Amino acid sequence: MNGARNANAGVGRAASQIHRVLTEAWRLQPLYVSLYAILLSFVVGGVLISIIGVNPFTAYWALLRGMVGGGDEIAGSVARSVPFIGSALALAFAFRAGLFNIGAEGQLLAGGITAAYVGALSWMSDLPGFVAIPLILIAGTMGGAIWGGIPGVLRTKTGAHEVISTIMLNSLVLFGVRWMVNSRDPVVLRDTESTVPRTDSISDTAVLPELVDSQPVLHVGLFALVGICFVVAFVLKRTTFGFEVGTVGLNPHASHYAGINVNRVIVASMAASGAFAGLAAASEISGTNGFFQPGTFFLMGFDGIAIALLARTNPVAIIAAALLWGSMLSGAPLMQQEADVSIDVVRIIQAMVLLFVAADAIVRYLFRVRELDQSPFKATSIEGAM
Amino acid sequence: MLEVEGITKAFPGVVANDDVSLTLNQGEIHCLLGENGAGKSTLVNMVFGLYRPDQGTIKVRGEEVHFEDSGDAIARGIGMVHQHFQLIPVFTVAENIILGNEVTKGAFLDLDSARRQIDSLAERYGLAVDPDATVGDLSVGEQQRVELVKALFRDADILILDEPTAVLTPGEVDDFFGVVESLTGQGKSIIFITHKLREVLAVADRITVLRAGQVVGTATAEGATQQSLANLMVGRDVVFRVDKAEADPGAPVLRTQDLRVADDRGVETVTGFDVEVRAGEIFGIAGVEGNGQRELVEAICGMRPTAGGRVEMLGQETTDWSPRKINELGVAHVPENRSKHGVVAQYTIADNLVLNRYHHRKFSQRGVRNTGAINAEAQELVEQFDVRTPGVDAVIDTLSGGNQQKVIVARELTGDLKALVVAQPTRGLDVGSIEFIHRKIIELRDRGVAVLLVSAELDEILSLSDRIGVLYRGRLAGTVNAADATREELGLLMATGSSEGQR
Ligand SMILES: Nc1ncnc2c1ncn2[C@@H]1O[C@H](COP(=O)(O)OP(=O)(O)OP(=O)(O)O)[C@@H](O)[C@H]1O
Ligand SMILES: [Mg+2]
Repeated sequence: MNGARNANAGVGRAASQIHRVLTEAWRLQPLYVSLYAILLSFVVGGVLISIIGVNPFTAYWALLRGMVGGGDEIAGSVARSVPFIGSALALAFAFRAGLFNIGAEGQLLAGGITAAYVGALSWMSDLPGFVAIPLILIAGTMGGAIWGGIPGVLRTKTGAHEVISTIMLNSLVLFGVRWMVNSRDPVVLRDTESTVPRTDSISDTAVLPELVDSQPVLHVGLFALVGICFVVAFVLKRTTFGFEVGTVGLNPHASHYAGINVNRVIVASMAASGAFAGLAAASEISGTNGFFQPGTFFLMGFDGIAIALLARTNPVAIIAAALLWGSMLSGAPLMQQEADVSIDVVRIIQAMVLLFVAADAIVRYLFRVRELDQSPFKATSIEGAM
Repeated sequence: MLEVEGITKAFPGVVANDDVSLTLNQGEIHCLLGENGAGKSTLVNMVFGLYRPDQGTIKVRGEEVHFEDSGDAIARGIGMVHQHFQLIPVFTVAENIILGNEVTKGAFLDLDSARRQIDSLAERYGLAVDPDATVGDLSVGEQQRVELVKALFRDADILILDEPTAVLTPGEVDDFFGVVESLTGQGKSIIFITHKLREVLAVADRITVLRAGQVVGTATAEGATQQSLANLMVGRDVVFRVDKAEADPGAPVLRTQDLRVADDRGVETVTGFDVEVRAGEIFGIAGVEGNGQRELVEAICGMRPTAGGRVEMLGQETTDWSPRKINELGVAHVPENRSKHGVVAQYTIADNLVLNRYHHRKFSQRGVRNTGAINAEAQELVEQFDVRTPGVDAVIDTLSGGNQQKVIVARELTGDLKALVVAQPTRGLDVGSIEFIHRKIIELRDRGVAVLLVSAELDEILSLSDRIGVLYRGRLAGTVNAADATREELGLLMATGSSEGQR
């Protein structure tokens, strides 16, 4: 009993030591909850693995090598991560405007199908690549933007909450594209020569150049999505539009008072969010798949939510969080192969990361860290928060 | 009952309390006075366990205490009514009161017995509250009584009241003091913070004055006068009556015709309001709160749709224009609700100071914010309006209530103004700051700005206005020249909507 308490205190001390180093030396204050959440999830995951009867270190070593064990592994991991950047930005941007966009899943589909449709238009093959590629990316971005903008409009015109409407729109687009891609009578977007349901292949001119022939292929879309993160960071931090977005997110009443067009900001933020998902989808269609299948983006939008929260909606931190997320998924097969630990264990660890990030009180308690803001004024802004 | 000895508390950049000592005896009302930012709220927050002192000790009933949080303080019989209420609007009174201290029967809330307890407390101290009313529907005065009952429900016998009267109407203030007397009569001890010296002299047994975090004086109510207290607080001579020259009104700037406005519930609270405010005059609107003041101001400034009638500014019809368009005409607005409309709590002082003009050429070029220019402007305004802060990049939430108000006033009272709509501009401000802001408003008037002043403070209306209108049930019950107005006449108009003299 006593021993357990001592051990606990020891862990606590070690933890606060780690905390001190992280915050003071690395200045990672805002992200520490995320870092601890990752650490904690791997510990719990390790316990889980040893319960199955596998040495967790063996399993994690295999996972690590699967993630970053060599050039191909690294390229594959990065490639796997790229679309997550877009789907995470889709949550993060809306979040800054005080909106909870859980429709990235649908916005990816909308962007993906638009990109695949435009990419496969017969005249695309007559265009040079430097025209066709931007065109397919813009098409996907627009598709996502429109699908993201709709819940924004619904919110401002009817007061429908975006959580509900994005969920509905997710289903709508999912069944919509399934039908479009499956149906043989009438043929909508199905490639009738293929045995599996998919759209026609896009024109060669619209294919994003490849960087590394890894599994999956690492293509130029990487630069587009990383670039967008920095653009978004700049927009939020330095532009008047970013100021409006942040103000609306923090206090819509004061925004209205200060002359900000709150409805316009809501629609624009939702559309921009959808656009990021749409861009991610288009870059995947163009650079990786070459055609659209309804299952391509399965769960990618929901993973985006976890990644965005892990990155505390900071656009630059999203790059790192997405890389971690994607490479874990990319490395998992080697863990299964070598240590015979199911890929699902990685999924479980990821789910725990999200849980710990969301319920950060657990992390704060375990690592003996107080909330950053101890101000007693904090609890008073019930009105302001509405 | 309570002894505070040598308390020091520093925040980044400021020492909010510096070696502060204070004692509170049983059954006593101890008033805490001081300028905005002097450290009053900080001190009582420590007594209530919300902050931990850096140095010094707190003793309750002779026993030294170290509070981890407010739960500990409540357990020691300390209750607090905050400067900003902490009630949940969608809950009923009874639910709010028992929140955090639930009376249960098995796994269920025992609301019935809570209700009985509330009723008996209410009766004992003369605190009329309806346990089943929804808090969001209550007036500010009623909400305050709920806060008091909530503290008493937890068996508090030391009560801390942080600026309880700032938001009350004169009638409510009288009721409130009735309650306070019955509380002390039954042995409760009270720390009472206020900026209103008249109240201090009326109720205090003893007075402690803070300035810049230090105790600069202790007095009993008998020996003190308003002037002596004010001078002690501010550290210089304070003039209570603002000097102002005769108004020289020009062309009409702001005009409403048969204006009708509905409140959030759809009830028309402005029911045909006509007014004309001319350049270079201050038109004061007096009235008991809740007679349509809020809706009137919001409609004029474009924040609330009108239900009928028209608004004209500078010769143009501006009915239902957006707040931005109205603002760009040169119409500034100091809002009544500071935390809801006036500031973004998480933003810095600098960002709050440009909240409605961040997009102007001066502060942004091609859509990119010019932080250098924003900070420079903020620095200038902070100095000009004497906002007490370690720097313009401090988060505004860390400022004292009064200093937050100064930030809003600084933002709104600068620029190329044609008209100014001010609601409760000096609520929660200390005497020195009130004097300063009054002078600013008069200065603007003298430069030809048309000012519409809405205030629940009759003194403020009387000392600033050139003409006074009384708002009663959504329309003007009468307009008088300030020079001829008396408190009695206005009071009668406010209460009944007519003055017998005119009938
Ligand atoms: N959480 C905080 N972080 C940083 N500074 C703070 C914090 N709380 C208060 N301060 C600073 O401490 C000083 C005292 O503030 P306090 O709120 O106690 O003043 P006050 O006397 O209650 O003023 P008012 O009459 O305006 O309410 C101010 O300079 C304020 O800016
Ligand atoms: Mg205060």
